Amino acid sequence: MEEPLKQADVMKGTRKEEVLDIDHSPSLFKRGWMKTPVDIRPSMHCFAGEPARLKVVDFPNPRVWSAMDEDWKLPTNWKEIVMDAFKVRLDRFRTFKLFMDICVRCGACADKCQFFIGSADPKNMPVLRAELFRSVYRKNFTTAGKLLGPIAGARDLTIDVLKEWWYYLYQCSECRRCSVFCPYGIDMAEITIIGRELTNLIGLNIDWIAAPVAFCYKTGNHLGIQPHAYKSMLEFFQDEIEIVTGVRVEPSYNRKGAEILFITPSGDVFADPGTWTCMGYMILFHYLESLGLDITWSTYASEGGNFGLFTSHEMMKRLNSKMYAEAKRLGVKWILGGECGHMWRVVNQYMGTMNLDLAEGSNLEEPVSPITGTKFENTKSTKMVHICEFTADLIKHNKLKLDPSRNDNLKVTFHDSCNPARAMGLLEEPRYVIKNVCNNFYEMPPTTIREQTFCCGGGSGLNAGEDVELRMRGGLPRANAVKFVHEKYGVNMLSCICAIDRAVFPDLMRYWVPGVEVTGVHEMVANAMVLEGEKEKTVNLRNEPLAGTEESEDV
Amino acid sequence: MNVILSLIVSSVAVFGLVVIAFVGVWGAHLEWLFGVVIPYLAVITFFVGMIYRVVQWGKCAMPFRIPSTCGQQKTLPWLKRTYVDKLDNPVGTVAVVGRMILEVLCFRSLFRNTRLEFGNGQEIKYKSAKWLWFGSIVFHYTFLIVLLRHLRFFTEPMPFFVPIIEKVDGFFQLYVPTLYQSGLLLGAAATFLLLRRVIDGKMRYISLPADYFPLFLILGLATTGVLMRYVLKADVVSIKELTMGLVSFRPVVPEGISVLFYIHIFLVSVFFAYFPFSKLTHMAGVFLSPTRNVSNNSRIVRHINPWNYPVKVHTYAAYEDEFREKMIDAGLPVEKGAPEPAKPE
Ligand code: HEM
Ligand code: SF4
Ligand code: SF4
Repeated sequence: MEEPLKQADVMKGTRKEEVLDIDHSPSLFKRGWMKTPVDIRPSMHCFAGEPARLKVVDFPNPRVWSAMDEDWKLPTNWKEIVMDAFKVRLDRFRTFKLFMDICVRCGACADKCQFFIGSADPKNMPVLRAELFRSVYRKNFTTAGKLLGPIAGARDLTIDVLKEWWYYLYQCSECRRCSVFCPYGIDMAEITIIGRELTNLIGLNIDWIAAPVAFCYKTGNHLGIQPHAYKSMLEFFQDEIEIVTGVRVEPSYNRKGAEILFITPSGDVFADPGTWTCMGYMILFHYLESLGLDITWSTYASEGGNFGLFTSHEMMKRLNSKMYAEAKRLGVKWILGGECGHMWRVVNQYMGTMNLDLAEGSNLEEPVSPITGTKFENTKSTKMVHICEFTADLIKHNKLKLDPSRNDNLKVTFHDSCNPARAMGLLEEPRYVIKNVCNNFYEMPPTTIREQTFCCGGGSGLNAGEDVELRMRGGLPRANAVKFVHEKYGVNMLSCICAIDRAVFPDLMRYWVPGVEVTGVHEMVANAMVLEGEKEKTVNLRNEPLAGTEESEDV
Repeated sequence: MNVILSLIVSSVAVFGLVVIAFVGVWGAHLEWLFGVVIPYLAVITFFVGMIYRVVQWGKCAMPFRIPSTCGQQKTLPWLKRTYVDKLDNPVGTVAVVGRMILEVLCFRSLFRNTRLEFGNGQEIKYKSAKWLWFGSIVFHYTFLIVLLRHLRFFTEPMPFFVPIIEKVDGFFQLYVPTLYQSGLLLGAAATFLLLRRVIDGKMRYISLPADYFPLFLILGLATTGVLMRYVLKADVVSIKELTMGLVSFRPVVPEGISVLFYIHIFLVSVFFAYFPFSKLTHMAGVFLSPTRNVSNNSRIVRHINPWNYPVKVHTYAAYEDEFREKMIDAGLPVEKGAPEPAKPE
């Protein structure tokens, strides 16, 4: 096995050939997978959760440990805890029970996982990742498994099996691509979600998830940005926007009586290129104010994302509660959500079920666009609208003054983020917006977009620094598709509607497809918008010269 | 378990079953056991077992609506959805039923299958790969046809469709007795499914004895069936006497039925009895799969989780208590202890 990639290697773009020198077909004489013990490799896994984080949210077994150590410092009765919890979840989740029972190992899902494609580790085939759990299920909960053991594909939960679980649970990004191809809809993401819930009960987790969870719980967002700092970050953006456009935008915070509460992932407040997307929202809202938009930001509910989803259903609910609680406290009529992937999985598939009780007695009502009067009937129950739905509606009704030629320096492609694609179906809205704000748009091949889209390689909390090899491998299929349009059409901008994408892609592009930048959709929207009282624009939000203006300077 | 061992275990198991039936009938003359008792037990096991499985699944909660959405969602009224979108991202019962029909009758998801081609120099392709879909469709439909044709032995008079099926199935009258394509295609499809498990490295690696066993069993079934019909010319009249006896609960065991028949019916019995304990339960499970059989409408109608319990949250009040000073300094609104308007001086 090759040595782990160093972060520096990634930046220099070296050793790609070695990374790609893999074989997806296990040889005839390879030992069976049950007898092949897990080989925990650095750079293919994330660091363990630090004890302080777990204490904030009362998670069990806080301690210092490392996956590279022999001793993982588990409670003595760890097996009992896990198996009891396993049993409870078989009753609580029909998915879990059914997916343990009905897989025929037809292999349709096998080569669909980006982590298998990029690593060729056979245990990254979704079916085998699931078998790691099914084997233990059979041994403990089925007659055939109890009697026949390995012949029936059954085995005990030993410490080595547990380590294998942990390792491969954190090489799955819960992207659901496998579930699209499975004839029974078996969804490895669901098994991973429940598997991670089990391991968290004995203190097995990763810090890149544990830290955001703890921060989000206490300060309202994953990055631990305190309220005053949140405000000053947006103030910095206000200045930037003024420099570029000559217009001063004025967001409001925690304002009672506003009509709409805006919630977006905090990643957009924190790091490029998300920051430009954030400026995009601010410009859009400023523009709409004169048309009747009455919107506020919140520092308490300052996180759209929900890393709780990557630990347990309970933690997801705990973090998500802030959205409705804040909407009720501020008395808003509905909630507008920013560009984020797993946030929208939670909002679409979990939020109403988990937390709608919290909205009782609030002013929340069926969302209506104050500008176009459009009723968002598809959000009647949850009262939360996706900003791409909102903006697409504005554009359809000609409410935005747009000059798409301001984005003429861009040749854009669009990456469907896993969750909006496969846990929601938000496919056309962003495309509609993009096509209206820029002139050069090219799709990647059909087997790599829409419901068949690939993960960026860092979803579900895997976008850490220490697992860079995992990310470069998992991101390979996406990068390969971008490379295709980059070479064929000269695409130089990869757009997406997910804050994790925006954090993961810049590295991935630098490594696999140099020359392609990353953007959120609303950055492009804002760049194309013609504002009231703007100065003559020569640069975009990134301070890069606009297409026409460079030439005029040359003359 | 390694592939060679898996193949040995599962083929030996099926061969063992053949030997048991052969010895039992030819050696020990246990016609009643193999022709009557075991078939009854097998059918009972099948029905009781399958119903038990479905009830067990049905009793599990469905806490969340988590369909895998494979098309454009229902959204703004002017954003048109194609029929494909409406089926692959269903909202409402009609669409869900449509999606399920496509899954169950056409193997819709399997039809999407692609094949990875991993070349050098970052060349990755996803080729269309309909062979698994095609093989499975042929396999399942010929299986169905063969089952229906067997109704000839269990009904008197036969349902009207049995002769029709026989006519269509024996369309190519190349041989006497009429050669039914379904039996041969079933064998061919099962062989294809078996070969793909052995030849493809990935399939080999994921396959368990429990994957080879049913295929060997079906091949054994098909072989004994074909032998009886075309080669050894079994005594159909006596066999029908036996089978009619079974369905009318007045079992008889006529003389002169060949051992081959008892081997065949024993393999069938094992097959049915094996169903509820194995992956063959997918036949019922597919109908219950929560990523396929629910609407993507959680934003429109609230779904209720039967075990939704209250959780500990960090309230706004606790948050403000922690950050109040900083919030006031930054000019952010607070609920408690807002600064008095500054006094002059
Ligand atoms: C709803 C739809 C169904 C789908 C999508 C489906 C799909 C499949 C697939 C993909 C296989 C695996 C083939 C392989 O690679 O070995 C299989 C096997 C099999 N199915 Fe189905 N099936 C369905 C319904 C049924 C039903 C109703 C029966 C009832 C008899 C059935 C009986 C079998 C049997 C006997 C096998 C074979 C043995 C094996 O490969 O282990 N299936 N099915
Ligand atoms: S596609 Fe579904 S049934 Fe086939 S191996 Fe994968 S999980 Fe199992
Ligand atoms: S959910 Fe995604 S990452 Fe996980 S096994 Fe399936 S395809 Fe792979």
